[in-house]
This record gives sequence, structure tokens and C-alpha cells, in this order.
Amino acid sequence: MLEFIYKVLDTVLPFQWAGHEFMKNALLAILLITPLFGLLGTMIVSNKMAFFSDSLGHGAFTGIAIGSLLGLLKPVFAAVVFSVIFALIITVIKNKSRASTDTVIGVFSSIAIALGLVLLSLGGSFNTYSAYLIGDLLSISPTEIAVLIFVFLAVIVLWVIIFNKLLLVSVNQSLASSRGVKTLPVEIIFTSMIAVIVTISIQWVGLLIINSLLVLPAAAARNITGNVRKYTLFSVIIAIFSGIGGLIASYYLNTATGATIVLISGIIFFISLAFKSKFN
Amino acid sequence: MEHEQYNFGEHCSGLCCTKVENFCVTIGSTKILDDVNIHIHCGELTAIIGPNGAGKSTLLKAMLGDIKHTGELQFLDEKGKHNGHPLIGYVPQNLSFDSSAPTSVLDLFMVSNSKIPAWLLTTKKIKEKVKTSLSKVNGENLMNKRIGSLSGGELQRVLLALALDPVPDLLLLDEPVSGIDQKGLELFYNTVSELRKEYDLSIILVSHDLDLVEKYADRVILINGTVLCSGTPKEVFNDEKTSKVFGMSWYNSRADSEKKNGVQ
Repeated sequence: MLEFIYKVLDTVLPFQWAGHEFMKNALLAILLITPLFGLLGTMIVSNKMAFFSDSLGHGAFTGIAIGSLLGLLKPVFAAVVFSVIFALIITVIKNKSRASTDTVIGVFSSIAIALGLVLLSLGGSFNTYSAYLIGDLLSISPTEIAVLIFVFLAVIVLWVIIFNKLLLVSVNQSLASSRGVKTLPVEIIFTSMIAVIVTISIQWVGLLIINSLLVLPAAAARNITGNVRKYTLFSVIIAIFSGIGGLIASYYLNTATGATIVLISGIIFFISLAFKSKFN
Repeated sequence: MEHEQYNFGEHCSGLCCTKVENFCVTIGSTKILDDVNIHIHCGELTAIIGPNGAGKSTLLKAMLGDIKHTGELQFLDEKGKHNGHPLIGYVPQNLSFDSSAPTSVLDLFMVSNSKIPAWLLTTKKIKEKVKTSLSKVNGENLMNKRIGSLSGGELQRVLLALALDPVPDLLLLDEPVSGIDQKGLELFYNTVSELRKEYDLSIILVSHDLDLVEKYADRVILINGTVLCSGTPKEVFNDEKTSKVFGMSWYNSRADSEKKNGVQ
């Protein structure tokens, strides 16, 4: 199966950069993961949850630390479980408590990152894990691509099911209640989705910049669109474009792939800002 | 002065009705609402008035089930048969959305009423339906506008159209405190009045504008933690509890304006 896809890529992309197997894997991963960033990013930006998704990165980091301590070969699976639980706790407390959302997230986020750092530095072996801070997209393996395909399909299906409810909740919670939408379950599904995506991507993109990938494409798209369909479409296109552009640019410039992708989406954001006045 | 007492019997005296029975809301250790009982007949516009912090909006949210409460909300149809929870249309006081959000009026209707995800596609049929809904509030031209770009009055009419699709048993209106000019408010109330006659709607309105309440409401309920008094606008406004709650300055300015109207 994978051999066939490689052959197709060789035919479609007869370029030097696409000749390497690790570049093909990275390209496939980008084609699977960036649309999800674009998709989820729309609601993260609309709901002003940029800080929240950032803290999920911290939760994921701690999860990886716990997974490593448990001696798992793939600490990322422990990390997925941990960061989903982390997301659930923040969401529930945010709903139940009257403290400001920023404070709740700030408290949990700082505890999580500190715990992660303490756990990973136990025995002075922190350097082994510093890769999670920056990430390495070129290290992606065929098995991981298979996992990504599964995640991709799951997110699309969930997005079809919960999007309308989610948007209504974000417009007005009481209005959503009057329409029979159960606020908390909808929010929990959404935050868990973000948690899963952030956690599995963190090893490739890195803790430091993962949030930019979620926020930038959507932030750029909302500058130049006036309805939900265009918003989503542009966000996804910008995410994919930055992803592929960043991969190719990083190959020739010999730079970190994730960071290059972020820079390209950053440039697109500023271009979109220039056109903003036309849409508002 | 004796007021009309609530009918606590099992049956409605006239047509269909909605009953709020023994509503209590406690948030933290503060009792916001205590033993609120309200009985509303179809086709009536009931205004809820009260000072700031009286629990007016809380009562609406409790009726929506958005806030934990004790007590029951019941809807009974013409035959007095128990119909359970009413279908509620709700017009919120304000929306918490970011005004730069790329969400159009059509999107708002889609996410409220359609199973098709708004980000994926829209159909001609949906657009026609939304247009029909909006035409009820003279808002056909607003369909493709961003909700953030609407004026306060336009947004209020769009939310009213949304609350009426599908036609509810009970319409809850939470009047905005600011953001709508007098002309916009009157247009809104005129639309509400027309729709009430057309659909025989039960309407509960939380209002801050006592002049408009006097003009449009059939019944007025004064609450401050619990129901203080109720009746026709005239009865409630002439009750000493009302002048006590709203203060002497309100009472005097009312007397002045009545005098003025008398002269005219």
C-alpha cells in the first residue's frame, strides 16, 4: 500500500526533495495533519481558546514524561491519555468554577509543564527529551502515518457531528440550551479532540510552536472571510499550503521543519491583515 | 390592595398556559430566586420587571434549564392535558461572540436548525427557509451579513426570527440593556406584538424600560428574589411595592409624565 503511494508521489512530484523516503513520509503526514489544524483552529480562535490549546501542549509534554517514566517504548500513547484527562479537568473546572478562565488554565498549565520538566530531568537525562520541545517532522514512520489516517477520519466525522452545536454554544450558551444542546459534553468532545491532535503532533512539531500551527491559519482566514464555510475552507487551505511550503523550504534551507511552517503561516497572516478592511 | 392571585389548580382557566411552579435558584451560598410561581396564558405578553440583581435574567435561564433550579416548568394545552416541558424560543440579552467572527446570519440559523454542518455546505432549500423566517421580522436582506456587523436592533430582530423557528410554545425575551436606540426598540416591540397575535404566543419579557412595558404588556410581574406583585401594568405600577423597589425618583418622574400626558 505504502509502496504504491510512494510510486504515485514519485510520478506526481518528480523533484529532488521528494526523492527521499523521509520527505515522502513527512509530506503525507503534513497532508493529514495540517487540515486538522486548520479545521480545529477555526473554533479555537472563535472561542478565544488560544491560551487553552497552548496549555494542552504543556499537558501533552507532561504526559510524555509520565509515559517515559513508565518505561513505555512509545510514550506518546500514555501522553494521549494524560492530556485528554488534563483537558477534561480544565474544561469541567472552567464550567463549574467562577474563577476566570485565564486563571484556571494558567494554574493547570504551569503545574503541568513544571511537573513534566521535573519528571523528565529525574536522573539528569533531560537532553534525551529536548527533542519534544522542537520536534522532528522528518522522523515520522509509516506506522505513525497509519495512526494519522485513523485520527484524520475520526476528527472529520466528529467535526461533522458536533460543529453546529459547538458554534451555537460559542455564540450564546443559553441560546444553545434553548435549542436542546448540552453544553458540557459538546465542549468536552471538542477539547479532547484538540488534546489528541496536539499530543500526537508534539513529537513532530514540538511543544514550542505547536500552538501557532493551530492558531495562525484560522487567525489569517478570519481576516478575509465572512461566513463559516469560507472561514473553514481558507483556514484549511492556508494550513496545508504553509505545511507543504514549510517542508520544501526547510529541505533547501536546512532548517527545522515545524518552525519553517509556522513562519510561512505567519507571513500569510500578515498578508491577510492587509486585506482585512475589505471584509469588515 | 388585593391582586389577582395565581391559579394553582391543575387546569388552565382559559386556553393553553405555562406554569412556573416553586422555582428556587441558589448559586454558591446565595439564594437568587426563592419560590417563584408564575402562570401565563397563551397570547399574553407578560413582562417581568425588577431592580438590577433581582434575578430576572436568572429566572429566564432557569426556565431554559441553563441554570440548576428546583421547581417545575409545565406547559398545558387547551384541554388542560399535561403536556410537559414547553418548546421554548429564546432571545438572549446579548451574544458573547467576537464581533469580528466570520459567522453569517445564515450560519446562525444553520447551526441552530440544520443537521448539515454549517462548515461543509448549504442548500437552496435551507436558504429559502431562512429567508422565510427572516421575512417575519422584515430582515430578508440580513441573511448573508456577518452577525458581528449587524446593528443592535437588527441583531435583536434576527434573534427573534431564530427564536420563532420553529414556532415555540413559549417565547422568552431578554431585553438588551444597551446597544439599541429607542426607534429600534419600538420596531422590535411592534414586531413582537404582531407575531403574538399571529401565532397566539405566550411571551415572557424581561424588561428594563417601564414605559415600553406599560405600552405593550398585558400583565406585569414585579420580582425581587421572589414575586412581589403581579397584575395589569396599571395595577402593578400603582402598587406601593413597585415605587418602593424603583425608588421615589422613578415614582415622581412617572407622575410628572402622566400629568404631561393629561395636559396633552
